[in-house]
Amino acid sequence: MNMSPAAPATAPHITRSWRSLASPRIFYPFAGKLIPWFATLAVITAVAGLWIGFFIAPTDHQQGEVYRIIFLHVPAAWMSMFLYLLAALHAGIGLVFGTRLSPLMARALAPTGALFTVIALWTGAAWGKPTWGAWWVWDARLTSELILLFLYLGYLGLVSAIEDPRRADNAGAIVLLAGVVNVPIIYFSVQWWSTLHQGATIRFDAAPSMTQAMLAGMLLMAVACWAYSVAVALARVRCLITERAALERA
Amino acid sequence: MLRKKHGEHMLSARSLHCRRGGRAVLKNLDFTISPGQVLALHGANGSGKTSLLRVLAGLAPLASGQLWWGEQSLQPGDAGHAARMAYLGHQNGLSTELSATENLRFLQQLGGGTEVAATLQTWDLLPVAEQPVRYLSQGQRRRLALARVWLGQRVLWLLDEPCAALDSAGVTMFDAHLSQHLEAGGMAVIATHRALDVPASSLQRLDLDTLPLNSLLNEDIYAAC
Amino acid sequence: MLIPVFTRELLLAVRRPSDALSGLLFFILVGSLFPLAIGPDAALLRVIGPGVVWVAALLAVLISLHRLFEHDLADGSLEQWLLAPRTLIGLVATKVAAHWLIACLPLILVAPLLALQYGLSNEAAICLIITLLLGTPTLALLGGLGAALTLGMRGQVLQALIVLPMSVPPLVFACSAVSASQQGLPAGPALNLLGACLSLAAFLCPWATAAALRLALE
Repeated sequence: MNMSPAAPATAPHITRSWRSLASPRIFYPFAGKLIPWFATLAVITAVAGLWIGFFIAPTDHQQGEVYRIIFLHVPAAWMSMFLYLLAALHAGIGLVFGTRLSPLMARALAPTGALFTVIALWTGAAWGKPTWGAWWVWDARLTSELILLFLYLGYLGLVSAIEDPRRADNAGAIVLLAGVVNVPIIYFSVQWWSTLHQGATIRFDAAPSMTQAMLAGMLLMAVACWAYSVAVALARVRCLITERAALERA
Repeated sequence: MLRKKHGEHMLSARSLHCRRGGRAVLKNLDFTISPGQVLALHGANGSGKTSLLRVLAGLAPLASGQLWWGEQSLQPGDAGHAARMAYLGHQNGLSTELSATENLRFLQQLGGGTEVAATLQTWDLLPVAEQPVRYLSQGQRRRLALARVWLGQRVLWLLDEPCAALDSAGVTMFDAHLSQHLEAGGMAVIATHRALDVPASSLQRLDLDTLPLNSLLNEDIYAAC
Repeated sequence: MLIPVFTRELLLAVRRPSDALSGLLFFILVGSLFPLAIGPDAALLRVIGPGVVWVAALLAVLISLHRLFEHDLADGSLEQWLLAPRTLIGLVATKVAAHWLIACLPLILVAPLLALQYGLSNEAAICLIITLLLGTPTLALLGGLGAALTLGMRGQVLQALIVLPMSVPPLVFACSAVSASQQGLPAGPALNLLGACLSLAAFLCPWATAAALRLALE
C-alpha cells in the first residue's frame, strides 16, 4: 500500500528501460560498472585542471598567486549547492513516490556535499586572509554557506539517529526539503546584498571576466569534482543497498 | 443507557504483511470478522499482535495485502474508517493533568459520543471523576481508558491488552461491556493473554505464534546484493 | 471544533506551569548575563542589544519546545489525535498557536524590560517588539517541525541542529530591522521580509509537522 512495486524480476542485461534502474536489485550492478569510469574521469580532469591552474594560468594582476585557490574553492562551492539540491530532489521523489532507491541516493550524496561545503569554507578562509585581511567575515554568502553546512549536518544527524529506516528516510526528506530555500539565498546573496564577497565570475548573461586559461582550469576542476561525487555516491549507495537488504532479511 | 445499533459490514483482511522497524513481523495473514464477533489475538510477546492492531487502526502502513470493510477497500488515512473505530494501545491516551471528567468531555467534543456522566457511572469511576488522572491507580486509569472506548460508541474496537492492571472486578466489568457491545452488532479485535468471557459463537481465535512463516515478500528485490 | 483543543492546551499549561516558565526564565537570565559579562559600555550595549535579545528569544523557544509534543506522546494522547477523524494539520496549527501564546507571548511582554537594560531608544524598543511579534510565531512553527521530527529522541541537540539553521533568516531580518531603526533608516523592508518568512512558515510548517508526527508514530 505504501511502497511502489519494484521492476519485474528479470536479469539486468535484458531490461533496458530507465525506470528499471529504480529497483535496488538492478541498480546495484549497474552502479558497480559505472564507478571505475567516473573515478578515472575524476582523476584525469583533476590532474589536468590542477596542472592548468598552477602552471598554465597567468598570474592575476590584482591578487598575485594567491588567487589560484579559486580552482578548488569555486568548484567546491558549486558542488556543495548542487549536491544539496540533488539530494533534496531524490529525497522528495522518495517521499512522494515511495521508491526504494531514492532515499538511499539522498543519504549517499549528503556526506560528499558536506565535505565540499567544508572545503569551500576552508579554502575561502585561506583566500580571505591574504586578500581581505580576515579569516572570516559575516557577509551574506559566507553565512549562508555555513548554514548550508549545518543543514547537511542536521540531515546526517537525523538519519543516523533514527533506527526505523522508513521513518529515518522520510524525516530526513522533510529536513532536506525544508532547507532547500537556503540554496538560492546563497547563490543570489551577492546580488541582493552588497557584500564583501566578489560577484559571480561565471554568469549566464555575460561573458566571464577571466582569461581562457583560468576558465578552462576552473571548468576542468568542476568536472573533476562532479565525477568524484558521482563515483563516491555510487559506491556509497551500493553499501547502503547491502545494509538495507540485510536489515530487511532479518 | 442507549446504545447505537451497528451496521452489517464485515472486516476482512487478505494476505497482510506487516513490517516494524524495517523487519517483517507478520506474513500472509487472512481473517474475516462479522458484526457481533470478537477476534482474540493470542501469541507470545513480539509475535506481532500490537503491529496488527496498529495496522488495522491505520497508525502503521501495510507492507502489502488488503483490508476490506464490507465491499469497500480500506486505504490509509481513510477518515470514514477512523470515525468508526476505537483504538486502545498500551498507553491509556489520557492527559494525566486533567481529571477523568475533563478528559472524557474533551474527547466527546472532539469525536462525538454519549454522555460523560453516564459513562463514568457504568465504569464505576464517579468517586474519582474530579481528581487529576495523576492520582489514580494504574487499574483505575485503565478503566478510564476503557470508558473512553465505550464513550465513543464506535463499531470496531481495537484493544491491545485491555485488562492489563485491572483487578477481578474490573475484568468482570470489561467482559460485561464487551458482551453488550457485541450484542449491539459491534466488532472487536483484542490482543489478550486471557480467555475472554463471551459466548463461543461470537469468538474467533487467532494464534500468531503458529502461523506458517512464508518466505519473504513476493519478489526478493535485493537478490543481487 | 478546534476550540476544545485550544482550551485544553491552555488548561494543561495552567496545571503544568513550570514548562512555560522555564523558557521565560531562561530568556531573562541570558538577556541579563550579557551586560554583566561585557561591561557597562552604553554605546556597545545599545548596538548588541537587539541581537542579544533575539538570540535569547530563539534559545528560549528552543528550550520550551519539549512541552509541545513530548507529554502527549508519553501518555498516548498524540496517538489518539492521529486517529481522530479531523484534519491533523488543523490540530497541529492549533497546538502551535497555543504554544506561541503560552511560551512566546511572555517573552514579548518582558522584552521591553530587556530593551531598557540595553538602553535602546523608544523607537528601537518598539521596533524590537514588532519584530518579536512577527518573528516568534515563525520560530514557534519551525520549532514545532523540529520537535515533530525528533519526537521521542533523547537530548535536544539534534532538535537545535535542525531548527537553528532554518531560524537564521528571521533572526537576520529582525536584527537588521532594529538596527535600521536605531540608525534612523526605515525598518519597513526588513519587516516585510520578516512577514514573508512568517507567511511561508505558516503555509508549509503545519503540513510538514503533521507528516512528521505521522511518521514518528508509525
